[in-house]
Amino acid sequence: MGSYSSHLSKIEDLQGIIQETGFTKAHICRLYDRFEELDKNNKGTLSREDFQRIGELAVNPLGDRIINAFFPNEKQTLDFRSFIRILACFRPTAKDKTADPNAPEPINSRTNKLRFAFQLYDLDGDGKISREELIQVLRMMLEAQVTDDQLESITDRTIQEADLDGDGAISFEEFRKSLENINLEHKMSIRFLQ
Amino acid sequence: MGRARSVVGWVLLTALAVLLCCPAALSSLDEEHPDSDTEHGESHGGNETGFHIVSFHWENVQTPYVIALWILVASLAQTVFHLSEKVTLVVPESILLIVLGLILGGIVWAADHTASFTLTPNVFFFYLLPPIILDAGYFMPNQQFFRNIGSILMYAIIGTVWNTVTTGLSLYGVFRTGIMGNLDAGLLEFLLFGSVIAAVDTVAVLTVFEEIHVNEALFIVVFGESLLNDGVTVVLYNVFNSFVAVGAGNIQGLDYFKGIVSFFVVSLGGIAIGIIFGFLLSLVTRFTKHVRVIEPGFVFVISYLSYLTSDMLSLSAILTIAFCGICCQKYVQANLCEQSIITVRYTMKMLASGAETIIFMFLGVSAVDTTIWTWNTPFILFTLVFISVYRVIGVVAQTWILNHYRVVQLEMIDQMVMSYGGLRGSMAFALVVLLDLKHVHEKRLFVSTTIIVVYFTIIFQGLTIKPLVKWLKIKRSQQKEPSLNEKLHERAFDHIVSAIEDISGQIGHNYLRDKWSRFDKKYLSKIMMRKSALISQDNLLSIFRELNLKDAISYLSEGERQGSLMFMHSSNDVNIDFTGPRYSVIDSSISAVLRESASDVCLDMKALENRVKSLKDQEEIVTHHTLQQLLYKPRKRYKLNYSRHKLVHNEGVKQDKEIFQQTMKKRLENLKSSKLGANHNIAFKNTKKEKGAKKKHSDAVPNRNLPTQSLALHADKDTQDVQPGQLIQENQGESNEKSVSDVEGHYDPSDGGISFLITPANNESDETRTGNSKSIPSPPPLPSPTTLDEKPISRKDDHVSQEDLSSEKPSRIFPSYLQKTWMQSYTSLENVESQVSTVSEHVAAQEESSTEIVLKATVDKTEEAKLNEDDHSTQLDREALDVKVQCAETLNEELEDNCPKDAALQEQKPLIIKDSKMHSAAAKRVQNRRSFHRPKPLRYPVLQKLGSLPVSCHIPPHSLEQEETQF
Repeated sequence: MGSYSSHLSKIEDLQGIIQETGFTKAHICRLYDRFEELDKNNKGTLSREDFQRIGELAVNPLGDRIINAFFPNEKQTLDFRSFIRILACFRPTAKDKTADPNAPEPINSRTNKLRFAFQLYDLDGDGKISREELIQVLRMMLEAQVTDDQLESITDRTIQEADLDGDGAISFEEFRKSLENINLEHKMSIRFLQ
Repeated sequence: MGRARSVVGWVLLTALAVLLCCPAALSSLDEEHPDSDTEHGESHGGNETGFHIVSFHWENVQTPYVIALWILVASLAQTVFHLSEKVTLVVPESILLIVLGLILGGIVWAADHTASFTLTPNVFFFYLLPPIILDAGYFMPNQQFFRNIGSILMYAIIGTVWNTVTTGLSLYGVFRTGIMGNLDAGLLEFLLFGSVIAAVDTVAVLTVFEEIHVNEALFIVVFGESLLNDGVTVVLYNVFNSFVAVGAGNIQGLDYFKGIVSFFVVSLGGIAIGIIFGFLLSLVTRFTKHVRVIEPGFVFVISYLSYLTSDMLSLSAILTIAFCGICCQKYVQANLCEQSIITVRYTMKMLASGAETIIFMFLGVSAVDTTIWTWNTPFILFTLVFISVYRVIGVVAQTWILNHYRVVQLEMIDQMVMSYGGLRGSMAFALVVLLDLKHVHEKRLFVSTTIIVVYFTIIFQGLTIKPLVKWLKIKRSQQKEPSLNEKLHERAFDHIVSAIEDISGQIGHNYLRDKWSRFDKKYLSKIMMRKSALISQDNLLSIFRELNLKDAISYLSEGERQGSLMFMHSSNDVNIDFTGPRYSVIDSSISAVLRESASDVCLDMKALENRVKSLKDQEEIVTHHTLQQLLYKPRKRYKLNYSRHKLVHNEGVKQDKEIFQQTMKKRLENLKSSKLGANHNIAFKNTKKEKGAKKKHSDAVPNRNLPTQSLALHADKDTQDVQPGQLIQENQGESNEKSVSDVEGHYDPSDGGISFLITPANNESDETRTGNSKSIPSPPPLPSPTTLDEKPISRKDDHVSQEDLSSEKPSRIFPSYLQKTWMQSYTSLENVESQVSTVSEHVAAQEESSTEIVLKATVDKTEEAKLNEDDHSTQLDREALDVKVQCAETLNEELEDNCPKDAALQEQKPLIIKDSKMHSAAAKRVQNRRSFHRPKPLRYPVLQKLGSLPVSCHIPPHSLEQEETQF
C-alpha cells in the first residue's frame, strides 16, 4: 500500500490506538481510509449526516440506533479515535492469544459487545430496557408484518422471559443472562480486512 | 431389568435372524426390483392345476418379504440397543449395527456357506443414500452453513483432493519399494483407490457427531465437509475410474484437462440442478393448499427426482439432492401447513435413520463373504496409516490458512477432533464394490482394505472420539431451544454487525447476507411463498408462536388434569389464546399436534390478528367467541374417517349434529346429566386459516352477511350455558324424554345440514319423529362411532360437569349453534305463537320464491337482533377481550345449516321450557327475542329447493301439530 506510511503519520497516538483497540497497523490504516472516505468535507470528524449517507445503513432497521450509538451524550461529531474504538468492539475475540489475566478488559470483550447491543435498546440510558423501549426496537425489526397486539404480546413475553427480578424491565445483567448461550464471539464479530 | 430385557431382545433377534437367513440364503436376491418381482410372481400365482383353498407361495413374496424382514430386524435391533441407555451411551449405534450385521452374516454363512446379502451399489445409491443426504440438506442449519461455507468448501474440495492424491501417491510409492509384494496395479489404480478411501463419510460422521454434541462451528464444518466431499469423491472416482478403464497408456494431456473440467462441471452442475429443483419444489408447494394430504409427498418425490435427474446427466447427484434440500427448506416450511411440515420432518427422519440402520447392518453383513477377501497386511496397514496421517496434515494445514480469514478460529483441539472424526463409511464401500474387476485387477484387495478401513474408523475412532472430546474439553453445544430473547437479540446482532460492516466499509459475510436476504425478500419469497406464509414467515413470529402454543398446550392439559375447564374463563385477559386448541392430557403429544389442523397450530397468531380487526365489530366478536367457546369439538379420529382429502365443513356440521343427538340419547337413557367430551372442532379450525383473508371481507359488511351468525349466536353465554345442562337434568328427572327425543328426531343428520327442513317431509324421518314422540326413544338414525368414542370421556367428564355448573360445560356438550337453537326454542315459550306464525309465513314464502324468503327473513331477524344486542352489551365487552375469531366463512356455512333447524326446533320449546324451572322470566324474554333471529341462508343452493316443495314438506307446521297433540 503506497500511502501506508503517510496515513499512519496522520493518525495521532498510533501506539495508543493499537494498544487500546488491538488493531494492527494495517487495520488502522484501512479504517482511516474509510474514515476519510466518510468524512465528506475533510473536517477531521464525522457527523451524523456522514453516517446517514451510507446507503446500506439507511435500509438497516436499526440504522438510526446504531448511528446514535456512535454519538453518545448528544455529541455531534466523532473523531477517529472514538470511531475506531467503537469498531474495535467488533473485533473477533482471540481466546488463545491473550492469556494475560492481569490485562485490562479488552475493548472487544463479551461484555463490551453486549453493552453495545444493550445501549441500542436502552434509549433513555437508565440501564434498563423498558417495555416501551423494547417495543420500539421490535417494531423496527419486525417491520410492518405484525400488528400492535402481536408486538405487545411478543414484548411482554420477551420481558417475562428475561426479567428475573420482576421489575418489568430488562437490566443489563438480565440481558446478559438471557444471552448466556449465544456464541457472541461469532455473532458480534467482524473480520476486519487487513 | 434393562439387562434382562436386552437379553430377551437379543434372543428374539437371533431367532429372527435364523428365520430370516434360511430363505435368504436359498434365494439369489435381486433387491433392486422387488416390485417387479412381486408382480411377476403374483401373476403366476394360480397356475397350478386343481384348485387349492390355501396355497403356499413363498416365491411370490420372497423378495419383498425378506427385505421387510431385514428391515424389521434392523429396526428391532435398534430398539433393543436403546433399551439399555448405558450401551448406546458408550458405543455408538453404528458400531452395534455393524457387529449385529457381522453376526447375522456369520449365521447365514455358517448355515449355507454363501453370502447372504451384500450392500450392492445400486441399492445404496438409489435407495439408501438419497434419504440420508436429503435429510442432511433439508435440516441443514442454513445460516451456520453459509457462514462457514468457505471453510467447508475448502475442506471438502481441497481436503478431499489432497487426501486422494497423497494417499494414492504414497501407497504407490510404498508399493514401488516392494513391501506389498506383487500387485497388479499402476499409479492410476492407486489414485483410484485413494479417491475411494479419501472421503469422509456423511453417514458415519453424522451418527458419531450427533451423539457427541460438539459446538456448532465445529459440527457444521465437519458435517458440511462430509456432505460436500461425497460429491467431490464421486467426481474424482469417476474421473480416475474412466482413466483406468481407458488405460494409463492411452490417456492424453487433453484427458487430464477434461478431467479437471469435468470436476467443475459435475459438481457445479449438480449444485445448479439441485437449486433448480429446490426452487421448483418450493413453487409447487405454494399451490398445494387444497391438497394438504399429498403435500408432504411432493417434498420427497421432487427431491428424489432431482437426484435421479442429476444422476441421469452424470452430475453429482449427492450435491444435487443436498442443495435441493438446502434451497427448499425455507420456502417449503413456510408454505406447508403445520402437519405437513411435521409429516415431512418425521418421514424424512424415519427414512434417513432407517437407511442408516440398514447401511450399517449391511456393512456388517457384507463383510462375511470369503470371495471378497484378500489379505495384504502391508497394504492395509499403510492405507490406515496414510489416511490418518494425511487427514491430520490436511486439516492442520487448511485450518492454518483458514484461520486467517475466519471470525471464529478453529483451535487446536477443534482440529484434532476434525482429524480424528474423519470416519470412512458406506460410501467408500459402495464405490469400491462398484469397481470393475476387468479393469481394476486388485479389486478384491481394495474391497478388503476398504472394509478394514471402514471398520477401523467407525469402530475404533467412533468408540474413542467421545472420550477424546470429553478429555479435550471441547466446547459442547447446548441442546436447547432458542428462547425468544435469544432469537430477538440475535436478530438485533445481525443488524448491528451488518451496520458496522457498512460503516467500516468492509464487504464481509454480513454484508453479503444482508444483500441476499433483501434479494430473497424482494423476489424469491414473493415468488415462492404463499401470501399468507409471507406474513407469518418471520422467524421471530414463529418462535413466538411455538412458545405460545406450548404454553397453551401445557395450560390446557394442566386444566384438564384438574378436571375443570374453569380456568379458561380466568384467562380472559391473557393475551395468549388458550381457548383455541383443546388438547386433552393424552393428546398433548406430538402426534396430537400432528392430527391438529393447520390453523389450529397457528391459531395464536391468526387469532391475534383477527382480534384486532374484530374489535371494531363487537357483534362479530361475540359470535366468534361464543362459537369458539361453545362449539362441540368432534373427535379427530372420527373426523378423519370422513374425508381423506379435504375436510369439508358440512361434515363437521353433520358430525356435530350426530354427536348432539347421541349425547341427548345417552343422556336420556342413562338419566344422567350432561356429558362432556374434550373435543376439537376440526371443521372450524381447519378452514379458519384459509378463510382468514375472506374474513376481512365479511368484516366489511357486518350487517349483511354476518348477522346471520351473530344473531344466531348472540346468546348470552352464561345464561345459556347453564341452561342446557340443567334443563336436561330436569327433563330426565321427570318423564319428559319424549320431548327431548323429539328434538333428536329433528336432528336427523343423515341428510346433511340443510335437509333439516326437508327431512320431516320424508316418510322416514317423519316416522322417526313420530316414533320418538311416543314413549320409547328411537335409536339414532345413524349409529355412529362417535358414541363409542364419546362414552368413556363423557362419563368422566360427566361428573365434573355436575359438580360445577360452570359455563364451559355446555360448551362441550353440543355444538354451539345447536345449543343455541335449543336454548332459543326452549326459552321462546312465550313467543311460540308468534313464531309459529312467522314460521308458516316463511314456509309460504318459501313456496313462492326462495329469494323472497331470504330477504324477508334477513330483515326480520336483523331487527330483532338489534334488540338483543343491547341486552348483552356488557357481556360482550367482557368477552370481547379473549375472543378468538374463527373464520367467518365457515361460520356462515355452519350456521346456514342451523337456520332451518331453528325453525323446526321452536316447536319443541314449549315442552322443554315447562320442565325447566330455573329460568327467570327476564332471561326467557331475552332469549325469546333472540330466538327468531335466524335469517335464511343466503347462498345455500339446497335451501332454494325448499321453494318447490309442497307445504306439507316443511317441518314447522308439522312438528307444531305433533307437539300440540302431545300436550
